[in-house]
Amino acid sequence: MTATASSSASSFLVVGERTNITGSPKFAKSLKSGDWDACLAIAKQQVENGANIIDINVDEALIEGEPTMVKFLNLIAAEPDITRVPVMIDSSKWTVLEAGLQCLQGKGIVNSISLKDGEAEFLRRAKLIRRYGAAAVVMAFDEKGQAATRDEKIRICTRAYRLLVDLAGFPPEDIIFDPNILTVATGIEEHNNYAVDFIEATRAIKATLPHAKVSGGLSNVSFSFRGNNPVREAIHTVFLYHAIRAGMDMAIVNAGMLGNYDEIEPALRDLVEDVILNRRPDATERLIVKADAIKAELDAAKAGGAVAAATPVDAWRNDTVEARLSHSLVKGIDTYVEQDTEECRQKYPRPLDIIEGPLMDGMRVVGDLFGAGKMFLPQVVKSARVMKRAVAYLTPFMEAEKARAAAAGEAPRAQGKFLIATVKGDVHDIGKNIVGVVLACNNYEVVDLGVMVPCDKILAKAREIGADVIGLSGLITPSLDEMVHVAREMKREGFTVPLLIGGATTSPAHTAVKIAQEYPHGVVHVLDASRVVNVVSALLSPEQNLAFLAENTARQERQRDEFNARRNKRPLLPLEQARARRQIYDWAGVDIPRPEFLGPKVFSDVPLAEIVPFIDWGPFFSAWELHGRFPQILTDEVVGNEASKLFADAQRLLTQIVAEKRFTARAVIGFWPCNAVGDDIEIYADESRSTVLTRFHQLRQQMEKPGDQFNHCLADYIAPRSCGRLDYCGGFAVTAGHGVETFAAEFRAGADDYNAILAQALGDRLAEALAELMHKKARDFCGYGRTENLAMEDIIREKYRGVRPAPGYPACPDHTEKPVLFQLLGAETATGINLTESCAMSPASSVSGWYFNHPDSKYFGVGKLGRDQVTDYAARKGQTVSTTEKWLGPWLDYEPA
Amino acid sequence: MSATVTALPLSEHPSFAALRELFAQRIVVLDGAMGSMVQTYGLSEADFRGERFRDFPHDLKGNNDLLCLTKPAVIEEIHAAYFAAGADIVETNSFSATSIGMADYHLESIVTELNHAAVACAHRAARAAEIATPGRKCFVAGAIGPLNRTLSMSPDVNRPDYRAVTWAQVVAAYTEQTEALIEAGADLLLVETIFDTLNAKAALFAIDEVFERRAVRLPVMVSVTITDASGRTLSGQTTEAFYNSIRHARPFSVGINCALGGRAMRPYIEELARIAECHVSCYPNAGLPNAFGGYDESPAEMAAVLQEFAKAGLVNLVGGCCGSTPPHIRAIASAVRDLPPRQPAASAPALRLSGLEPLTA
Repeated sequence: MTATASSSASSFLVVGERTNITGSPKFAKSLKSGDWDACLAIAKQQVENGANIIDINVDEALIEGEPTMVKFLNLIAAEPDITRVPVMIDSSKWTVLEAGLQCLQGKGIVNSISLKDGEAEFLRRAKLIRRYGAAAVVMAFDEKGQAATRDEKIRICTRAYRLLVDLAGFPPEDIIFDPNILTVATGIEEHNNYAVDFIEATRAIKATLPHAKVSGGLSNVSFSFRGNNPVREAIHTVFLYHAIRAGMDMAIVNAGMLGNYDEIEPALRDLVEDVILNRRPDATERLIVKADAIKAELDAAKAGGAVAAATPVDAWRNDTVEARLSHSLVKGIDTYVEQDTEECRQKYPRPLDIIEGPLMDGMRVVGDLFGAGKMFLPQVVKSARVMKRAVAYLTPFMEAEKARAAAAGEAPRAQGKFLIATVKGDVHDIGKNIVGVVLACNNYEVVDLGVMVPCDKILAKAREIGADVIGLSGLITPSLDEMVHVAREMKREGFTVPLLIGGATTSPAHTAVKIAQEYPHGVVHVLDASRVVNVVSALLSPEQNLAFLAENTARQERQRDEFNARRNKRPLLPLEQARARRQIYDWAGVDIPRPEFLGPKVFSDVPLAEIVPFIDWGPFFSAWELHGRFPQILTDEVVGNEASKLFADAQRLLTQIVAEKRFTARAVIGFWPCNAVGDDIEIYADESRSTVLTRFHQLRQQMEKPGDQFNHCLADYIAPRSCGRLDYCGGFAVTAGHGVETFAAEFRAGADDYNAILAQALGDRLAEALAELMHKKARDFCGYGRTENLAMEDIIREKYRGVRPAPGYPACPDHTEKPVLFQLLGAETATGINLTESCAMSPASSVSGWYFNHPDSKYFGVGKLGRDQVTDYAARKGQTVSTTEKWLGPWLDYEPA
Repeated sequence: MSATVTALPLSEHPSFAALRELFAQRIVVLDGAMGSMVQTYGLSEADFRGERFRDFPHDLKGNNDLLCLTKPAVIEEIHAAYFAAGADIVETNSFSATSIGMADYHLESIVTELNHAAVACAHRAARAAEIATPGRKCFVAGAIGPLNRTLSMSPDVNRPDYRAVTWAQVVAAYTEQTEALIEAGADLLLVETIFDTLNAKAALFAIDEVFERRAVRLPVMVSVTITDASGRTLSGQTTEAFYNSIRHARPFSVGINCALGGRAMRPYIEELARIAECHVSCYPNAGLPNAFGGYDESPAEMAAVLQEFAKAGLVNLVGGCCGSTPPHIRAIASAVRDLPPRQPAASAPALRLSGLEPLTA
């Protein structure tokens, strides 16, 4: 605080007064109208402005004190940005104070008690305050009234101190005296020494009453100069300067309105000091003259439009309505958006003009900042929330207008329409939802068909609404094939609109090589949500469209060439040669742990709190397009601020999810006796090995590798049947997804995509964490986990023995092994996870895979597959080569027939 | 203990003097988990019901506190095993024995009886252990657990100001339990596994009122649960903010239990050891959770961690929470036997406030 920077008291505490109904007209108005969001915003702003404590006072004739205090404190409790600081509960009614005390988990301060109602009542209240665990402000007030002079103040405070410490057992360090800051410069002579009385009483209290503190309400002292903020600020600053030196510990002030003693204009400072220190009889008159001059200057400047007199934080509220809307959008503030939109509606002829004008201008700023890396996705999603609110406000007016136009026989002009869907067989939609939000806030009409949408439905809807662009999203590899299929169908059905491709599994290369060639009217790969607006606006602009598509086509041409060149340069090893280059172990010496149980074991309701410590937060930030390692990302120079806010929001939501059990976590794991036979793993019904239950088919790396490296296959980690030893492998399927969609939908219903996406992202994190937790249990069941002795950090970094590769991912890219695993585990019944026709798991926040215990086992990528291996693999699986090629499409090193 | 805090005009329970003496001599040992020990008996629904609740219309299996009435021999045997392992203090099997905790089982009406029985089980074991080793002093701590309803958080996403329970209800529930525990002869009280500080403050409020009514004070131990590596309680407070919130109750000890294994607790125990003017306790879980929902840090591993804490002068009271067993307590007791207890922080009278974070002036 600037006031303290100039003082010697480094620990001076600022108690924010703006949540005091008598200290802030704005707070009073918001509270009376029941606008709790505004009340919270004021509280938050104070803390942001540096208040160490916030004073909360709701004393007003027309307000019912107790429930209002309780409600506001409970609301604050849900806002970590506010509730991180202690609360000073302020009321002249004891029942309001007591109601407030029952809401504070922290140690707060009661403001105030005094001897006004006699010793017995004073002591009764003090005892209760101690029992509630709060500190107390004790006013210099007794049965006869308020202490004004130094001696009276000292006398009453001393009496109160002795009663509290000696009789009530009240800790002296929890006593905060308020010796009454009274108004000076009133023109009444006996008031002239009030400031001195306070300062001197403070000095005496601090010297004689050990550990007690001194506080006071500052604004009272300058009350004579109301309406003249520069002078009031100077009085406050000078008063504090001297009072802090005398030992004052804290003051109730407007945290945003404190000056620096050294920076006050010297002439003004002298005049103020004369008043505060009562240095000359005409001090008041002299300050009044100076104050009038300052006021006149101020008014003149205001008339000239040169000075914004309001506090800097609110200055933007004085701007034009367009600038205010832009500010709200950029900062993601939804407090004023409806009010400002309404103001615009009075000003603009048509609601659409507001959307295309100020709102779009604001979102363009957001888009530019986002594109330039100066804003980050979480902020953009918050901006979108503001935009949505504005558009929602305008919608009824636009509907009315449309109805009038239709009645007059005019055809409504459509905006750019974007149809988006996660393709058939895939259930992942976080990225798709983000793209939808970003486009919607750029005023594209977004029609979102959801997940697992079959091609015919996408195309039918596109025709129905006259989509200008179609976007496809997918996360698992079979979705790539489905996208190719959609592209082919679009061509066959004569579509001409551009097709956008996005999602974790997609790539510019795959789009260029596989999809773009199927559809001639533009297939564009969009790397992430930050690019989508530029892409769509270029595609829909008659001026840019041709050039953009030409450039896109040329780029894809290059990517195809590169792809072919790469493929031709590094031919794959023939399968037999690759197998010869497998890693061979001396199985007699390999530690093969025998699990404590065989077959599946179900965990029907894993407590979420148990899962939370296993969360790996790194990928959470990636989902929001914030890149960097966790936790360093929180302090990153560029994205640290946003990452921290996002993390705080996530923690808050996670706490709620855990406390209210919003998601249900279910898991099944299993172990089976097995041996490797070639590149397959045979699973036996029991340890006699007489019955083969099923086989897990594995694929082998065929890329050329240096002499000292091997061509890996997961089967190599299992003892071959020929070596004589029995081995064991495991499998798992876990989900944290039950409840995720319902929870996200609740947010979406309130136009809160930010929290909806947050909830989904947390579902994914919890599922991954559950997989980590179950893997820990699995290692324990195998024995070696018990002694691994790893910190959580190392567990999350997978520094343990063993791996848990998932079918469909690089070490074992065939998704169709998943149904085999699921059947063995009884996973559908045990966990409620279903497999789609593309073998995606639904709900999306689910993970499944195998456990390998071999001490050398590690993750690897199988890479490209040759025709020889695919033919061999198809035969092992007992399915046709063409079916196999369809599932392994992205991994094929050749063009299937 | 804080020298600045003036004693209330209440007499001190005799256990105060006995415990002060014990804590001055050495690091004191608390017992281990009750739940995981109960599990080893493989009790059935019928066992939980006993004769008395045979026809009770609701399921009772899993209501461990009820076993004080229906299988008292089991509970006493577990207490006895902990005393035999070297525990100085055992906790009564009354973690959820409040009207709010028992509402899940429709057993609100027997709360007082349950707490009486819980103390009685522990007492019998304590007296037997004292007789077995003449001169030994064994203590019974009345265990007061958290509630499944919280005063700081709303269970309804759309109504952040809503609370599923009121301050008065929480105080009433804890008052009933405290009265019963004291009445039955608990030597001290242990408010533990605190994840919402406001609930804990209500418990401490209730306890203080009961003390006043009975004109006697018992030692009160307070133990918080730090949920994860964020270092905060579930309700969001840091360790020091929590300490500031409960310091007014003049606890005999403050510490951390549950949720984490000992190793992960280290920074927060260090923090408490630095600031606490009273004794510091630590009774972690036996490591990370395993597949049975149990915990399996070995006795030696757990003892090694607590021994490190003791060597660093951080603790006065050690024991175990979830997953720990008599062998754990035996290993812990022997690991800290010859190490000196922590010296309480010098009392530094300061205005110690807190929100989610501490503010000391």
